[in-house]
Amino acid sequence: MTARPQVAAHDSPGVVARRRTSAFWLHLALLPLALLFLAPLWIMAVFSTHPETAIFSPNPPLWFGGAFLENFRGLQADTNFIRTLFNSTAIATLYTVFSMLLTSMGGYAFAKFDFPGKNWLFGLILATLTIPAFVTIIPQFILVARDLKLSNTYWAVILPTLANTIGIFYMRQAFQTVPSDLLNAARIDGASEGRIFWQIALPIVRPALAALAILLFLASWNDYLWPLIVLTQKDSYTMPVALGTLVGLTRVSWGGIMVGTAIATIPFLALFLSLQRHFVAGIAGGAVKD
Amino acid sequence: MTTSQPLSPAPRRARTGRWARTPKAPYLFILPYLLIFLTFWAWPIVSSFLMSFKDSRLGADAPYALSNWSRLTQDEFFRTALRNTLVILVIQVPLMLSLATVLAVALNSKLLRAAGWFRFAFFAPLVVGTVAYSAVFRLLFNTDFGVVNRALTGIGLPAVDWLNQSGPAMSVIILAMTWRWTGYNAIILLAGLQGISEDVYEAASIDGATPTQQFWKITLPLLRPTLLFCMVLSVIGTLQLFTEPALITNSGPGNATMTLGTYLYQQGFRSFNFGYASAIAYTVAAIAAVFSIIQLRLFGRET
Repeated sequence: MTARPQVAAHDSPGVVARRRTSAFWLHLALLPLALLFLAPLWIMAVFSTHPETAIFSPNPPLWFGGAFLENFRGLQADTNFIRTLFNSTAIATLYTVFSMLLTSMGGYAFAKFDFPGKNWLFGLILATLTIPAFVTIIPQFILVARDLKLSNTYWAVILPTLANTIGIFYMRQAFQTVPSDLLNAARIDGASEGRIFWQIALPIVRPALAALAILLFLASWNDYLWPLIVLTQKDSYTMPVALGTLVGLTRVSWGGIMVGTAIATIPFLALFLSLQRHFVAGIAGGAVKD
Repeated sequence: MTTSQPLSPAPRRARTGRWARTPKAPYLFILPYLLIFLTFWAWPIVSSFLMSFKDSRLGADAPYALSNWSRLTQDEFFRTALRNTLVILVIQVPLMLSLATVLAVALNSKLLRAAGWFRFAFFAPLVVGTVAYSAVFRLLFNTDFGVVNRALTGIGLPAVDWLNQSGPAMSVIILAMTWRWTGYNAIILLAGLQGISEDVYEAASIDGATPTQQFWKITLPLLRPTLLFCMVLSVIGTLQLFTEPALITNSGPGNATMTLGTYLYQQGFRSFNFGYASAIAYTVAAIAAVFSIIQLRLFGRET
């Protein structure tokens, strides 16, 4: 929460009164809207703790109940939820680590070196940025499933998504803030290029890395379409794919689904919001150039 | 800039040759990313285009032809999917971006108390996965048990059969997308707002500009590059819309909420008609390109 500057002491009483009125209207307009944005999350959390009979009763509950474990057991029986939880965690972690490594190395080279072909390569990456991911989904599927025979493996999910163009832009911008003199000083002292990258440049951009890591993890954790395509066996499903199979059914177990969606959401909600300030800076850093 | 000669390694003795003087480190740093980029992104972009000219049902060695593209021009389902996608796009993107702009300005206001809590509320949906919120929205808009209909009948309005009528089903999808993505755009716009210098506003207030005038004459013009960025991303995202129609409405009722995304999925991964699905994919890309050019022309003039 940011400290807001107080009304300046030298302002006239009329100005202060006018400010108070507009502040009042501002809050009056924002408050219902804010509640509207929170309502689906609240309902998800509350419904996950009630049996289905309560969810579908004439007066749906608005406060927590005691059926969380019962709902969870139902969900586990339907989807082997613990297994999908493990799959999702492993895939998102591996993806985040590898993607950070690839994009920070690449971004570093684009930010801190001059080399033949640099502008041409960067132009190529830039040019593909506005191409919708949908265009590549069928060749990617053929490559992963048919040619590499990776269906139902973690790598099938991870490999194509590692080509993260936004990530390389983001890391390039982060490394541009690292002073070149510092790197040159290390070079004169005889440090290898790998060591300069790992021990000097990378620690300086740690805040940017942290924001990127959480965004990458979240993107992988919530991804639906691509895992749906390459994962066909129940035990290899990620959490969104498993939940998707439940939602698609005509006879839906809503208590179980609400538990699943709450588990998929609430830990990350807490993490994300505790790091909110970094995200505003982080997303802005990736989004708005110059 | 560009290398006029291929970067073939010169003989080891030629220490003064061009390749010997070229630093190797940057290439080693880029190589891993580049391999993935070329294999899983750049090549598939080309490959998908080539595939759109092949009738994949005839096998890998089918001759190149225009059959997929001519089929597209006559396909009634494709037309429905295209129309639905464009209707959602034209309503949802302006609705979301104007709401996000107003929110960003409000969240940036010095008059706002507990700004952290308000940000919490508007940014929270961003973390929810599409499957999770699709499930929640399907439950909220359930005809018999949904909270929305309970609220409507509670205040004396008629219940709406949200998911089984085409108009209401579309509006549920538009509402769901707006709920989820407004906060994301508001973050980006908020960051853009924070880049606008306080001095500009101070000078304007001294000259007697009202807050409304300041919004239209200062905030919006200076926010234009950021808005353009949000707009291009939202348009590309909406053109690929898949999860919401797949999970909230199951493309129904009938095909009333079928989008280019769900149609591509159906053709590519249910019927395994890769050539035809590639043609649909390239249509999405072409529309995205047209929209991007229009947006750059209209809104990107001096940026």
